[in-house]
Amino acid sequence: MAYTSREIMAIVAAREIKDGEIVFCGTGISLLAAMAAKLIHAPHSVIFFETGAIDPQLLEIPLTVADPRVMYGSSINAGLAEAFGLMQNPLIGPKVVGILGAAQIDVYGNLNSTCIGDYWHPNVRFSGSGGACDAGSFVGRTIVFMEHERRRFVPRLDYLTTPGYLSGPGEREKAGYGTGGPACVITDMALMRFDAQTKRMYLDKCYPGVTAQQVQAHTGFPMDLSRASSLQSPSQEELRILREQVDPQRLILE
Amino acid sequence: MTADKVMSLSEAVKTFIQDGAHVSFGGFTINRQPMAVAYEVIRQGIKHLHVYEHSAGQALDLLIGAGCVKVVELAYAGTGRFAPTCIRFRKAVEAGMLMVEDYTNYQMAMRFWAGAIGLPFAPVSSSMGTDIVSKWGLSAEFRQQNAKVANKKLVVMDNPFARGTKEKVVLVPAIHPDVTIIHVQKADPQGTIRIEGLTFADVEQAKAARQLIVTCEEIVPSETLRADPNKNQIPFFIVDAIVPLSFGAHPTACYGYYDYDAPHLNYYREIAVDEARFRQYLEEYVYHVNGHDGYLDKIGHQALTRIAANPQLGYALGLRRDEV
Repeated sequence: MAYTSREIMAIVAAREIKDGEIVFCGTGISLLAAMAAKLIHAPHSVIFFETGAIDPQLLEIPLTVADPRVMYGSSINAGLAEAFGLMQNPLIGPKVVGILGAAQIDVYGNLNSTCIGDYWHPNVRFSGSGGACDAGSFVGRTIVFMEHERRRFVPRLDYLTTPGYLSGPGEREKAGYGTGGPACVITDMALMRFDAQTKRMYLDKCYPGVTAQQVQAHTGFPMDLSRASSLQSPSQEELRILREQVDPQRLILE
Repeated sequence: MTADKVMSLSEAVKTFIQDGAHVSFGGFTINRQPMAVAYEVIRQGIKHLHVYEHSAGQALDLLIGAGCVKVVELAYAGTGRFAPTCIRFRKAVEAGMLMVEDYTNYQMAMRFWAGAIGLPFAPVSSSMGTDIVSKWGLSAEFRQQNAKVANKKLVVMDNPFARGTKEKVVLVPAIHPDVTIIHVQKADPQGTIRIEGLTFADVEQAKAARQLIVTCEEIVPSETLRADPNKNQIPFFIVDAIVPLSFGAHPTACYGYYDYDAPHLNYYREIAVDEARFRQYLEEYVYHVNGHDGYLDKIGHQALTRIAANPQLGYALGLRRDEV
């Protein structure tokens, strides 16, 4: 069955979410993943928005984290200070999985969502951190969405917005973080993970029809390809739920 | 009982927002943004604003595009699917026309919180080792010369209570806007406020400000709000102006009343990238309408009916969100 890049990315991310987990959701494709996971295999997962909406009844896909659709049928409707404070709490934050996106990523999973070029005179300005840096600081693990291009997988970020493993093993702890770091990176070509010892990104699974060499050619730093295998294609059932139940208007899928 | 604070939109803006004022706007990206006030600020030609935002959206983008803003301290500027990065914000930064200081959403929320409860700063434990700590958008000289601006962006320190393991905290300075503007569902004439749905950081922004303008969908009798005080968030004595403005957040949403105007926001994305079309938009929707009522006439009854909230859900079920 044919599928688009966005569809396979959403499904790969959904598979990473375990039943019962608390999912910190941003805007866009991360919502597709969280909503698909809940409908496919993780009915007890909790969708948590930085705006303060916790476990809403999502009858339609929200277009931002402040969409009024996130306010209906929730466990509580709170505010930013309370939502982030919950994640900052070391008794709760480690149980949360955060889903983030960015314009640039480096080999240690640090993210840039602020600018390209010099910070004071940027060539391109993006939205800025929002809650991404907070989530990357607080939660137990993060899932990162990226488009797989050399200019995005860079040796050095133009601006480090959200902490991954910083400059390598032990650096998060040294900087003052209790826990966390990126668990995987999901692109339009492949699924990457991080080595437990070196904290460097490695290729875990190529999408059907993609080779490890092609992934490396789209990556601006050397990546360990030795562990790479093939990813299982999205099933008909996964695609059906994504298309018919999660985003029937194809607001985010397009 | 204190005085009635109800006043007109133009009077509230004229009285409380001056050139060069430090201001914060409530809401979040495309929800409950005080848009009618933003349009009126543009109409009155107020300039050189210093704006504090967590996740800014439509209001800030209009104000920047109309040349009202000099400095912005924020965490985010975007409207999701409609504009991943706010378009006029992006253009102004890339053209070197806007001074920007970047924080995180939690840091901005806690800066308002510190302002609201009278502390000089708030400790948070995010952003250590990132460029949010190491790169400062506002220069030391600028901070020195402007008494209302904190003398430092932030301070990273060891937790003074830590034993053994080293823990760090980031101290972020309190914000005291000259004026905060929020748009809410219900208020009484004295200023007791009821927000429905998410409060975002509106309550902290309101309490941190020297003066507070509240625009509301409806004025309701005090007895109604006081019959169920657990649902109210802001005590009347911190409110300076109450402005009744039905659809005062349009084209952003107001939970329980109306959805965001998706076709309008799609249209805005199209025109905002083009200088001439953006100017034309300001002429049509801001300068050449007769106040808020004129703006609503321009938007049209049909568009407003289309976004009316389903009373059970609080938004417009089945609203087409992909069209102009």
